[in-house]
Amino acid sequence: MTEQVKVLTSRWGDNRAHELDRFSKLDGYASLDAAFAKVPEDLVQLIKDSGLRGRGGAGFPTGMKWGFLAKGTGKPTYLVVNADESEPGTFKDMELLERDPHALVEGVIVSAYAIGCRTAFIYLRGECGWPGRRLQAAIDAAYDRGLLGRDIKGSGFDLDLVLHRGAGAYICGEETALLSSLEGQRGQPKLRPPFPAVEGLYRAPTTVNNVETIATVPWIIRKGVDWFRSMGSEKSPGPKLFSVSGDVNNPGNFEFPLGVPAREVIMGAAGGMLDGKALKAWTPGGSSTPMLTGDHLDTPMDFEGIQAAGSLLGTAAVMVLSEDVCVVRACLNFTEFYAHESCGKCTPCREGTDWMRKILGRLETGQGRPDDMDILADICDSIFGRSFCALGDGATSPIVSALKFFRDEFNEHVSGGGCPFPGARVTVAAH
Amino acid sequence: MPLSDQTLTRAEELIARYPQPRSALLPILFLLQAEDGYVSPAGVAQAAQLLGLTKAEVGAVATFYTMFRRRPVGKYLISVCKTLPCQLRGSREIAAAVAERLEVPLGGTDAGGMVTVEEVECLAACDGAPVVQVNTENYERLTTEEALALLEALLRDEVPPPTFAADGSVTEPSTAGLHWRLAGLGDPPAAFAGTAPTQPPGGQDPEAAHKAPQDQGPAPEQGDGR
Repeated sequence: MTEQVKVLTSRWGDNRAHELDRFSKLDGYASLDAAFAKVPEDLVQLIKDSGLRGRGGAGFPTGMKWGFLAKGTGKPTYLVVNADESEPGTFKDMELLERDPHALVEGVIVSAYAIGCRTAFIYLRGECGWPGRRLQAAIDAAYDRGLLGRDIKGSGFDLDLVLHRGAGAYICGEETALLSSLEGQRGQPKLRPPFPAVEGLYRAPTTVNNVETIATVPWIIRKGVDWFRSMGSEKSPGPKLFSVSGDVNNPGNFEFPLGVPAREVIMGAAGGMLDGKALKAWTPGGSSTPMLTGDHLDTPMDFEGIQAAGSLLGTAAVMVLSEDVCVVRACLNFTEFYAHESCGKCTPCREGTDWMRKILGRLETGQGRPDDMDILADICDSIFGRSFCALGDGATSPIVSALKFFRDEFNEHVSGGGCPFPGARVTVAAH
Repeated sequence: MPLSDQTLTRAEELIARYPQPRSALLPILFLLQAEDGYVSPAGVAQAAQLLGLTKAEVGAVATFYTMFRRRPVGKYLISVCKTLPCQLRGSREIAAAVAERLEVPLGGTDAGGMVTVEEVECLAACDGAPVVQVNTENYERLTTEEALALLEALLRDEVPPPTFAADGSVTEPSTAGLHWRLAGLGDPPAAFAGTAPTQPPGGQDPEAAHKAPQDQGPAPEQGDGR
């Protein structure tokens, strides 16, 4: 049995933790003195030693990312926090900002100090009102208290922090698209290299890190590498937020050490299956990660474990589908998402997602053809790895995995002249 | 021009906030939308002039993002999440029922300019499925009946408390105020903040609803309209 941990969620139960004074009483901003007592290079090394991996989906080692930042360019170095949380099923960063916004501000201050950044940005989704208010209030309070601005706590370190709102585009969660958007352009990805660490915002060295990643940094500074590594596995250490949604009794965010078996997240913390139904499929990290099934419930939820099972940890957004959810309908829903959110830059993604949407639509409505499954697989093959960014790859994940595990159900849509599920089972009635 | 002289000063403030002026384009488009209810052709021209861009460059950006509108939006924007966890709990029925009650297609605004309804992709609150937003504030786990009751309240220009009101969540009482806030300029001034309508909803100019308070001098003290 893996116990839930209280690190990033440690203040979530306190309904005044968003206030600076209360936050400070709960050890908030305690990492600043510890950080300012060190030289920045040592902090980068500390984060490298901790093994912290990015919490936004890709799992890239954070300390290494910081280490790649070009030095001596004569340009400023920028820290940009990716708060554009939009991956279907993911809702951890928004709850963190609602309940504990100063935790991110604290993380920004110490992270910016570590990498020599004097102007940091938080790129937050436009669609999320309350997290935006909370975060802006936290930033304003931090300025009032001298925790942002000039000579923070007498350290000689200056930092400005700008909250910038997105305007509705999933693709802006991709780091080069996010930076384009922050520059006032269309949010379209750029070819890498050059990576943002060399040419990022305004062609200056830039690191883009997820909210949860940056909020984890102060804990490592305060409590050390050994404490951090006491949770999780060798290659995937530390605590992690898991967002569980779909057909479970108790959907929500749960914090576990990385490596927790999926069964304990879904059947334990999230209360098990709604109405006692059987589990059909689940995503380990949002719609862009291949679906897994009930046979995979003992998979450890860390980067390596999920990969070994044939999927990706992604954002650790666990969407749970019960036996009465039509997998073709689920794929159609996700594919509508990707077709809508494809930025249109790369032909395979722009055209492919739309064709997949059309084919899934006709399967669902009884117009499917016997070779549609092969065509879908073929289109996925033509998209995967053939676009600038991972959106196209992600769009293939639900379909490829659904064809792998539930091909018979696709066939039934053709042979039976439409969806074999009654309407109520594809759109479960509200409570 | 769409931005009044007073608001123009605030736009300059946004430009000064960033290392490069063009970064202020999204905030300025939100500001223009706060004034006009949408990004108008005149607004595009003004943004281009402010930032030294062509109208084509501004138009290309404005049309890329779903939150920038090309037609005036109602005083209240109902956004219903259509992504899977919400669909599994009946969100598409909610969106259809709201649109039917308003007698508009999805994306449309009622004749009185009070309410716009749209379906949107994942709103990052999937544990609260089905998620309905009013002016980007969450109303979670609603039945279709509850969503329709919410709509009726909005049509009466009443804003029911959002799901997490007890924790501090507040619904912006007008899209004009919302867009002002999204520009990054803090609390909207009274003219944008949203107040009771000066005439009952129904039959008025779609652009009048959010502009009305400006023409009435200082808005009466109303709190935040709830």
